[in-house]
Amino acid sequence: MNTIPMTHGLALAAMLFSIGLTGVLVRRNILFVLMSIELMLNAAGLAFVFAGARWGQADGQIFFLLILTLAAAEVGVALGLVLQIYRRFGSLDVDAISEMKG
Amino acid sequence: MESVLYYVASAVAVFSSIMVVTRLNAVHALLYLILSLLAVGIVFYLLGAHFAAVLEVIIYAGAIMVLFVFVIMMLNQGQKTVIQEQTWLQPRMWIGPVILSSVLLVELVIVFVKGEDAAAGQIIDAKQVGTTLFGPYLLAVELASILLLAGLVGAYHLGRPTTESQQQRETEEET
Repeated sequence: MNTIPMTHGLALAAMLFSIGLTGVLVRRNILFVLMSIELMLNAAGLAFVFAGARWGQADGQIFFLLILTLAAAEVGVALGLVLQIYRRFGSLDVDAISEMKG
Repeated sequence: MESVLYYVASAVAVFSSIMVVTRLNAVHALLYLILSLLAVGIVFYLLGAHFAAVLEVIIYAGAIMVLFVFVIMMLNQGQKTVIQEQTWLQPRMWIGPVILSSVLLVELVIVFVKGEDAAAGQIIDAKQVGTTLFGPYLLAVELASILLLAGLVGAYHLGRPTTESQQQRETEEET
């Protein structure tokens, strides 16, 4: 039985999420934006698992599994998009695709 | 003892996450990201969520990161992008978001510190997770499979090389 306070776990999840959010806001390379999104998803999963451990329920881990599935599907599609963007614009700058018109 | 391990692992996770965001080279950032995911896996293990820890290492740090490695290799970024990032990452550009994110973080930490202080739970093994997953959450499993199928189809559609008719159309538009 461990003795980690709930506070510290949620603080860790909040820190990781904030770092990921900062990455999304700061970086202009689309690969780094994707990595930061991974960090944020991971932090959300951490919060779920922490809550599940706190109440001794398996639900937290199940929501982590669902987040994992979401991350896998998201990364597959997003990396396909990255390849297409690089092929069309020759750059990974997210501002390069701001000229998209419908 | 577990708490010491926990704090070390979380320190590693936070530090490597910061390094992910600040690196100039994509491959270096990816290595730090894997380190961060592994640290979070250790945290899961210390919390008693063994199944989640194993999945974190196998699927996140294994499968998803391999996709990133493949794409970085296909894009073949070199010294040129490092210089480009150096010109983009000026302090005047990122100091604002950093301050705002820090304020959000401080707010969250204050909220949690003021809240209820409780020891983190007990061991939940894979059997317990499995029975819950295929009991009340069966519909969620089916929805996850549909999501993965949609992701597969979307990734295939986006990742295929452009066909000749498309290229002709693009050249016509340009002229």
